[in-house]
Amino acid sequence: MSTAAAGWWQAGLLVFALAVSYRPLGDYLAHIFTTDKHWRAERGIYRLIGVDADVDQKWSTYLRAVLAFSAVSVLFLYGFQRLQEHLLLSLGFPAVKADQAFNTAASFVTNTNWQSYSGESTMGHLVQMAGLAVQNFVSAAVGIVVVIALIRGFIRSRTDRVGNFWVDLTRTCLRLLLPISLVFALVLLAGGVVDNVSAAHPVTTLAGQQQSVTGGPVASQEVIKELGTDGGGFYNANSAHPFENPNPVTNLVEIFLILVIGVALTRTFGRMVGDKRQGYAILAVMAAIWVTSTAAISFFESGHHSAAALAAGGALEGKEVRFGIPGSSLWVASTTLTSTGAVNTAHDSLSPLGGGIAILNMMLGEIAPGGTGSGLYGIVVLAIVTVFVAGLMVGRTPEYLNKKIQPREMKLASLYILTTPALVLIGTGLAIALPGERAAVLNPGAHGLSEVLYAFTSTANNNGSAFAGLSVNTVWYNSVTGVVMLLGRFLPIVWVLALAGSLAAQRTVPASAGTLPTHRPLFVGMLLGVIILVVALTYFPAQALGPLAEGLR
Amino acid sequence: MSVTTIESPQGPTTAPVSEGPHRVAAGLLDPTQLLRSTPDALRKLDPRVQLRNPVMFVVQVGAVLTTIEAIATPTVFAWVITVWLWLTVVFANLAEAVAEGRGKAQAQTLRRTKRETMARRLVDWRPGAASAEELVPGVALRLGDHVVVEAGQVIPGDGDVVEGIASVDESAITGESTPVIRESGGDRSAVTGGTTVLSDRIVVRITSQPGQTFIDRMIALVEGASRQKTPNEIALNILLAALTIIFLLAVVTLQPMAIYSHARQSLVVLVALLVALIPTTIGALLSAIGIAGMDRLVQRNVLAMSGRAVEAAGDVNTLLLDKTGTITLGNRQATEFLPAEGGSVEQLADAAQLASLADETPEGRSIVVLAKRELGLRTREEGELVGATFVAFTAQTRMSGVDLVGGHQVRKGAASAVREWIRAGGGKPTSGLGPMVDAISAAGGTPLVVAERGNGTARALGVIHLKDVVKDGIRERFAELRAMGIRTVMITGDNQLTAAAIATEAGVDDFLAEATPEDKMALIRREQTGGRLVAMTGDGTNDAPALAQADVGVAMNTGTSAAKEAGNMVDLDSNPTKLIEIVQIGKQLLITRGALTTFSIANDVAKYFAIIPAMFAAVYPGLDTLNIMRLHSPTSAITSAIIFNALIIVALIPLALRGVRYTPSSASALLRRNLWIYGLGGLVLPFVGIKLIDLIIQFIPGLR
Repeated sequence: MSTAAAGWWQAGLLVFALAVSYRPLGDYLAHIFTTDKHWRAERGIYRLIGVDADVDQKWSTYLRAVLAFSAVSVLFLYGFQRLQEHLLLSLGFPAVKADQAFNTAASFVTNTNWQSYSGESTMGHLVQMAGLAVQNFVSAAVGIVVVIALIRGFIRSRTDRVGNFWVDLTRTCLRLLLPISLVFALVLLAGGVVDNVSAAHPVTTLAGQQQSVTGGPVASQEVIKELGTDGGGFYNANSAHPFENPNPVTNLVEIFLILVIGVALTRTFGRMVGDKRQGYAILAVMAAIWVTSTAAISFFESGHHSAAALAAGGALEGKEVRFGIPGSSLWVASTTLTSTGAVNTAHDSLSPLGGGIAILNMMLGEIAPGGTGSGLYGIVVLAIVTVFVAGLMVGRTPEYLNKKIQPREMKLASLYILTTPALVLIGTGLAIALPGERAAVLNPGAHGLSEVLYAFTSTANNNGSAFAGLSVNTVWYNSVTGVVMLLGRFLPIVWVLALAGSLAAQRTVPASAGTLPTHRPLFVGMLLGVIILVVALTYFPAQALGPLAEGLR
Repeated sequence: MSVTTIESPQGPTTAPVSEGPHRVAAGLLDPTQLLRSTPDALRKLDPRVQLRNPVMFVVQVGAVLTTIEAIATPTVFAWVITVWLWLTVVFANLAEAVAEGRGKAQAQTLRRTKRETMARRLVDWRPGAASAEELVPGVALRLGDHVVVEAGQVIPGDGDVVEGIASVDESAITGESTPVIRESGGDRSAVTGGTTVLSDRIVVRITSQPGQTFIDRMIALVEGASRQKTPNEIALNILLAALTIIFLLAVVTLQPMAIYSHARQSLVVLVALLVALIPTTIGALLSAIGIAGMDRLVQRNVLAMSGRAVEAAGDVNTLLLDKTGTITLGNRQATEFLPAEGGSVEQLADAAQLASLADETPEGRSIVVLAKRELGLRTREEGELVGATFVAFTAQTRMSGVDLVGGHQVRKGAASAVREWIRAGGGKPTSGLGPMVDAISAAGGTPLVVAERGNGTARALGVIHLKDVVKDGIRERFAELRAMGIRTVMITGDNQLTAAAIATEAGVDDFLAEATPEDKMALIRREQTGGRLVAMTGDGTNDAPALAQADVGVAMNTGTSAAKEAGNMVDLDSNPTKLIEIVQIGKQLLITRGALTTFSIANDVAKYFAIIPAMFAAVYPGLDTLNIMRLHSPTSAITSAIIFNALIIVALIPLALRGVRYTPSSASALLRRNLWIYGLGGLVLPFVGIKLIDLIIQFIPGLR
């Protein structure tokens, strides 16, 4: 089969699988958050943590719950790593350094999964299983519950209640993430992903050298790492490692897991706001970006004209031959558009413009389809900005989903679109301005700048993948990227939950012929335009000095 | 005895609602206005004034920085950029100054009317009783004082007529020279300070404090002194501020990256990039758009008490329209003669005309007019009717008519009354009469039966069909409103049947029959509970609560001061149909803002393509690929972008003042149209403009 044909088949199968799961999963998600019935196990949990599951919270209480839960998670994870040497299954690894432990804790709690450490040589099995993997579940769930609160803001009227965080969180984990993870862990196991608690095995390689190969609870962690758009690999090589992602089939299954919740949530959105077309419109925008990105990356990767690339039929440096250009391009586009830090390719070795697209994907704010929940709330905020400008052009105070966009809503939406660019630009500017930090850049010139830009774009947008080529395990980078991840995750959540509260307090405005329709192709086009003009173009100067400078010759 | 015959000059079905296509017309910009406003524009360079507009404040700070840089290291490029940056700020101020200037001229005219007047205050005035008079200055009048005003005198303050009737010249505020009648009691009792009594004598109870009279408020409004940012303007300002901050960060952090890339940029270039990227076009024109929007209302003789009300007008979902005067011409008119069996139309019309000759009600006049128009019956001369006795309509008889010499009597009136009259005269109402009468009633009309007595018998001649005549073109207007998503509700005191018939004919979406003020209020509340915004007009005191409750309440200037106080707009022409125009102006205001915002943001693409290669193509020659306009040199490219950025502001001032073209249509159609013009236009135009400017300035030494 030719490379191109393989690409079409893989993309086709992926889209088909997503299409099949779209309705049932989206509707099931809507059911989870609208039903009154509690499972018995859930009731037990509520009793244990002392929560009245039938009482909804104000947006501020909801936010406090999110922040408190996350703060405790960070502290727990930090302590866990620092005490590693005293724990079971530590594999003899010492305690993680303070700055790296902070960075890692922030990284996993924020759903970023930026890894300044090498998994198999830093973390013991218990920390991986009971620390990092647990955060893979709950950090993904936090994103989902926040967007559900936002949706409730749209559908509720004249109330200050946006839901109960503890109920939403418990249901997301128990009813959504755990069941899917169980099933797909078995699928991955069948596909050859390992799962055990062994320590390192010394192995003699074909060349006669000694190598230490670590086993571990990989399949169970791999599945939630993708499903929850986390991305923190068990191994340093992440999903390029044959124990995590042995063949093109597991590769495709993992890409499916990365995209499935983000895609289905648009259905949930449409269902919950009572107009499925609204969900389709959002999905159309996501799909347009995803398709364009995937096509562009495939194009740049297969069309790289160095001598080696021509001989190999594409830019195969840094790629796994078992995935080839199609499997790698699909993966790169899907992970950078979903805040999944998992990699099956060395991004540093992408062609300059292909790498530029990967950075651009993250710069868009992880919205196509984005991280679990966070992608949807990100794009809904951009839709609010679009509605504001477009709504003015039809001569009315702008309305989105029957709620007016007034100064308060606009203030919160503006803060949202301001937060990540500020973190990316200030972070990159600082790192490149400080002589010590600039020294951490291993490549000279434009590629070196791309590496720094990638690091801050990835952490601020909670993606977590790395361009490499940058020594990030320093106290400065660990601390600064740690803070950037925390701010990049929780500031937007503050704005979004405040927005939810503000919308819920409003009266519902009935739609009329004078209301801007937000489900038509025209609106889809406008939203795309706003994403490009307002979000992407902000980074044009930085991109010009990095990937564009390198790629345009 | 005299016979008065009044013919209305036009047929009953004329009087169009408005002329021409329903477009909100343009106000013209006089180029000399730009010159005249320049001093004001320069005065606005005061940083404290600029701080109110974050976008332009950033431009001004940038201009200061480049000025310092240009003085420190003078180059042609630095000075050209500096000058154009200052011009950008001045142009923005100019837009605002021009918009304000138009209001100032109006305020000047108003001030002239507000000259010092002496008031004849009545001490302890009591109705009917004589009271002492004292001469005090107009400004000394207090709430509740009573003053007497006679022919030729200026009314010293706002108030209600409590005694007498007078014709008043209100041209000072309305610009309309025809005098109006003001009388005590009822809904035409309000008088405005500064207007002149032309005849008779009235006693006025003052209803405003000095300094807060209607004229004072008008002056403040047109001058923009009390202008406050509207919610929507605030929201847009927040978005613009956010974009400005983002671009500020992008430019500030670009320098370390540029240094890393061995392409350190001068301060002038960085400021130029920043100014090119931030949304200066909309930032510069935003306040001018708001002022001009209010001004457009003033030009239509509508005073909005706040910009918020104008914006709300654009959002209105439901229009409550009084039937009389808004939807119908105001009075029932004869439209048809229906002869009884055995009779002829001519006979009926002749009798009807006779019976109506002395009837000066609009209904009576319309019968005479109809008889002439339909059947060519000439109006009888006075001499022909010697000895005739006219019988006026009374609530008891419910008939009117004429008794001619020789015992011939003609009557027209309510069906039951006339029937009775026929029986009393020894006749028998024909059997066909009943169904005719019922049919007219069922169609919402009013049947008037015509009968005669003579030669010892009485008989019915037929029925006149009186109906409310719906204004020409109003149906189309309502269809437009429907397309805009606005529901129209007709309010009338008529019964259900009549109301339903007129509602169908006029094409309103709903109607409220036999409406009491309480019903009206309940309807507004109900609409508002459903999240809808309601607009209405009113003039009577009993309209005041509803006017206050409505989101947009337009009080008629002829109305009571209670109504004017309760509404948030006053229509000086007292034309209820104007509500529709107000809605359009509100929409046009928002559309202009949105269109220019879109235009401004879309402009950035071209500017990036002009400036970024100019900055970095020296170190990364590959980036010259981005120079798709093939601009002459880095300096000419950056200069062109900045000049374009400044000139586009001036070019768009007329559009900001006039508002973008607005044709009532659905949201989708509006969006598509404006997106094409301002979105695509904003994307393409700067490519062309920058290239053209570059073609010219490349010849300037120092910019090559």
